[in-house]
Amino acid sequence: MSEAFPGPVTGHVPVLRLGEVLLVTLQGDLHDSTAHQLQEDLAETIARSGATGVVIDISGVEIVDSFLGRVLAEIAAQSSLLAARTVVVGMRPAVAITLVELGLTLPGLRTALSTEVAMELLTRPTPSSRSAGTRQESP
Amino acid sequence: MPEHEADGTLGSPTDEVRDFLRRRREQIAQRWADEPLFRAVFTLSRDEAVEAGKAVVDALAQVADAQRVEDPDAAGFTTVREQLARMGAARSRAGLSTAQVSSELAALRPPVENLLLADLPDASPDHARACVTTLSVLMGTLRVVVMQTALTEGQALIDRQRLQLLEVATPVIKLWDGIVAVPLIGTLDSARSQVVMETLLEAIVDQQARFAILDITGVPTVDSLVAQHLMKTVAAARLMGAECIVSGIRPAIAQTMVHLGLDLGTVITRSSLADALGYVLHQLGVGIVNPTPYGAGER
Repeated sequence: MSEAFPGPVTGHVPVLRLGEVLLVTLQGDLHDSTAHQLQEDLAETIARSGATGVVIDISGVEIVDSFLGRVLAEIAAQSSLLAARTVVVGMRPAVAITLVELGLTLPGLRTALSTEVAMELLTRPTPSSRSAGTRQESP
Repeated sequence: MPEHEADGTLGSPTDEVRDFLRRRREQIAQRWADEPLFRAVFTLSRDEAVEAGKAVVDALAQVADAQRVEDPDAAGFTTVREQLARMGAARSRAGLSTAQVSSELAALRPPVENLLLADLPDASPDHARACVTTLSVLMGTLRVVVMQTALTEGQALIDRQRLQLLEVATPVIKLWDGIVAVPLIGTLDSARSQVVMETLLEAIVDQQARFAILDITGVPTVDSLVAQHLMKTVAAARLMGAECIVSGIRPAIAQTMVHLGLDLGTVITRSSLADALGYVLHQLGVGIVNPTPYGAGER
């Protein structure tokens, strides 16, 4: 199956290190095994490098199915166990609508519009609690 | 004797009517031109009305020729359909109800019927009656055609307006750098909320907006369906990395929502658009300072 698959990404997805932050850019359709590989790679890289943040750019991904959605949620969960925060960046409107219609609102996931905003979010000193919705507003 | 006639000329009433229509084309058109329907539509010149009447008579004769007096889809009607639609539309615009237009159409029948009877002075009563009945059926079919056309026109208009409404009713407004707002007005159904969601998400990408405000001041009622739509929109915006604030929940609606047990979950809500904007500006670290407190003294 994976040999016959003519599509773009098979095997490893490069994980770039920018200081304390790891940057992963996903392009095109992601094969299930590749997604799994990425999950393992990220866990190991975080543990080895002691990174405090992970940025996953999915602006090049046209289809996010329930599997990839779960993988993203799992990456976020395992990263927070390793004391790193995960931000998913650049989700397309069509993808967001599909995920919501599927009922996958991914509540544990941090999101940002662009890599720049994500880096800003990660370098901010206050490690805010899970979702932005519960943030306190001071009057 | 009548039996012989019926046997000898089968379907003759239709043929008789056809021949009559072709023979009396000019007179019928002249008489129709004086009827309120034609007079009201063709206000400029009587000749035009006569021409239009002739076209309709021709169409009727063609339908009778094809022996399809009861068929509104007969080929003969296609030539005048557009003209009839224009006439019907003109009358509707003048403020007439469908029933009134229909009765105006019915008024076209008696003059033709009188002409027909005058044309058949020596025919047997049975034959004359058969001819008149055929003519009545033909005129009835014409009425159906006009009504059909009018209804199709109306339906097309409604469809067009619904599309326009979808576009017009969901503007996305940029309030500040990185802040967009959607003032929702009217009832929120599935189709509309889908459009709202799509336009909002597109705007978020286009303007790189980190905050989006959904203002529901103009939404008359909030039920579980509307709440669900709001939640979906908020969730989709959050997935893209924007924070969504729902504003404009009036006290009565807030009460209703609590009574219905609707839970907006983690959605941030504010009572007015101004409050929401204030909250967002605070989040962005932007403050608005009034340099002259209490709006400058002299006036």
